[in-house]
Amino acid sequence: MKLNRRNALAMGLGATAVAMLPMRAIAAADEAIAAFTGGAETGAGDITLDAPEIAENGNTVPISVSAPGATSIAVFAAGNPTPGVATFNFGPASGSQSASTRIRLAGTQDVVAVAQMADGSFVQTAKTVKVTIGGCGG
Amino acid sequence: MISRRDFLQVGMAASAMVGASGFGNWGRLAAQQSLTQDQLLDFDTFGNVSLIHVTDIHAQLKPVYFREPEVNIGVGENKGAVPHVTGAEFKARYGIADGSPNAYALTYNDFSALAQDYGKVGGLDRVSTVINAIRAARPDALLLDGGDTWHGSYTCYHSEGQDMVNVMNALKPDAMTFHWEFTLGGDRVRELVEGLPFAALGQNIFDAEWDEPADSFESYKFFERGGVKIAVIGQAFPYMPIANPGWMFPEYSFGIRDERMQEMVDEVRAQGAELVVCLSHNGFDVDKKMASRVTGIDVILTGHTHDALPEPVLIGETILIASGSNGKFVSRVDLDVRDGRMMGFRHKLIPIFSDVIEPDAAVTKVIDAERAPYEAAMNEVIGTTDEELYRRGNFNGTWDDLICDALISEREADIAMSPGVRWGPSLLPGDPITREDIWNVTSMTYGQAYRSEMTGEFIHTILEDVADNLFNPDPYYQQGGDMVRIGGMGYRIDITKPQGDRISEMTLLKTGEAIDPAKTYQVAGWASVNEGTEGPQIWDVVENHVKKLGTVTLDPNTSVEVVQG
Repeated sequence: MKLNRRNALAMGLGATAVAMLPMRAIAAADEAIAAFTGGAETGAGDITLDAPEIAENGNTVPISVSAPGATSIAVFAAGNPTPGVATFNFGPASGSQSASTRIRLAGTQDVVAVAQMADGSFVQTAKTVKVTIGGCGG
Repeated sequence: MISRRDFLQVGMAASAMVGASGFGNWGRLAAQQSLTQDQLLDFDTFGNVSLIHVTDIHAQLKPVYFREPEVNIGVGENKGAVPHVTGAEFKARYGIADGSPNAYALTYNDFSALAQDYGKVGGLDRVSTVINAIRAARPDALLLDGGDTWHGSYTCYHSEGQDMVNVMNALKPDAMTFHWEFTLGGDRVRELVEGLPFAALGQNIFDAEWDEPADSFESYKFFERGGVKIAVIGQAFPYMPIANPGWMFPEYSFGIRDERMQEMVDEVRAQGAELVVCLSHNGFDVDKKMASRVTGIDVILTGHTHDALPEPVLIGETILIASGSNGKFVSRVDLDVRDGRMMGFRHKLIPIFSDVIEPDAAVTKVIDAERAPYEAAMNEVIGTTDEELYRRGNFNGTWDDLICDALISEREADIAMSPGVRWGPSLLPGDPITREDIWNVTSMTYGQAYRSEMTGEFIHTILEDVADNLFNPDPYYQQGGDMVRIGGMGYRIDITKPQGDRISEMTLLKTGEAIDPAKTYQVAGWASVNEGTEGPQIWDVVENHVKKLGTVTLDPNTSVEVVQG
């Protein structure tokens, strides 16, 4: 039997399936990030990414990003088959450069946020979000 | 006839006399330190504030036996650190003599023999006596309940937590936080919480839809005690919808949310809090990490992982208190708070020896009233055990082995899975097994025993997943309980490896053959977090099995090989 999410749900123990990340997904994330930055270097800086350590439901994971002074923030799910999640653009009249959304994660993976700052430079941060079968509640 | 209480309360001279008369255990006990209620309660009141902490009672109203873990492995920075120290090493670290009351209360060694001497532990009427004694010395002491209170017994299941609410109300807590309570269902939790005469706290209990703090719970509450402005911030179990069935309380979201914890600390400090206490159900290692990331918390009253530590653990300027489980311990923490900060503390982990501490008759009456409608059903003797039955530990306890045997036999399965929960009192060799005893280790609102087909590959995935939830080196990625208990299958686990590489040498015990990833096996288990799980209730499965056995005997379980690196 092939192990997929539907089967896992039917199995009795799990809430969501755990899929090992295929290498090509990570390569796809690198490509998607490079497309956003135009290949420019990304550094650490004033960017925060809020995401749960362990997803309560891999199908809808709440995240929020914030990068004061950014003109644009892009979010990537490095382990998803299509890593690009969203790009938020902020005009000069934006009160703050932050955004929240919910994303779907195929399995345990890094969520990456990259911001383009007003001077054209890029800053990046990432957080590992675990998607687990669950159970065994202690 | 001389009762154990009378005996334990008499001084050394009298004990020696009884000892000389040669009454078996009593003679042995006489050789050990005698124990009195005054000794257990002895405390030099200190400073200007007292905190009383109880946690993880798991609905144990009456005294029980509770064996502490033999295997409790720490990983990453917590390797070899308390509470991941057991047995002889634990005794050496805290200077506890073999055979002493503390050895019985805090370690697993010689458990059944010492239990014969020292008797049962806990009982909320005894806990009440201890609380009353502390309040006699410090009338405005704060009583804080760390949660896992409304779960874990026959009466709690049938009254949907009402028995525990009524008995705890008699103890007059000041605040509480939550975990298993939510498995009563969102509606029932709200119904109970809204009737509580004390604060229901959880800064991390969120409305799942709007991602904002949930209505029925407060993040923190202020108390003015001993002239000190105290803020108690609640932290519910962070991984509720993952470790337990989220479909039972879909309107709530949790998580560690340590950034919000910092905001709450800053907020209460700005409002003039001189002492900040976090009433937490994070689990010890998660609290340790949180204490290193959030500044400004003076005391974290830890819970969830059921650890009992005779001394606080200091992380930066935060002290962590671990008060055990099942009503076995009460922690008293006296604090000296001056000039808006904690200047010093004195702490005692008080073991509730039920034969030494006089029950509070008023609370006994409340307990007995809650139990009365169910006594006949609970007291029915189903069988007898020749084994010490216990659960606590990272891998299978004997209760788990018995439950897995029941699943394999009653559900005609190749392999059995039983959840690695930390609750469930112990029984001694020779004890009758009553229906209540079986419920004490199985009771829950999602106890259906499923039977399904799983491939070897999927079984491996489950084991890897659960192992990472226990042995991930980062505590924030540890999700809940101990390792899933397995019957009918052996395996090797290398806890130092990453997820996917820890589990190997999976073997079907009945044939001795290696588990084939492609082959399908019949697996029986219980406590599925999935909605719509079908099957008989696990307590009925175990009861039928025990009834057939008559007397429980178990072969030593050597089917899990643990590599610690």
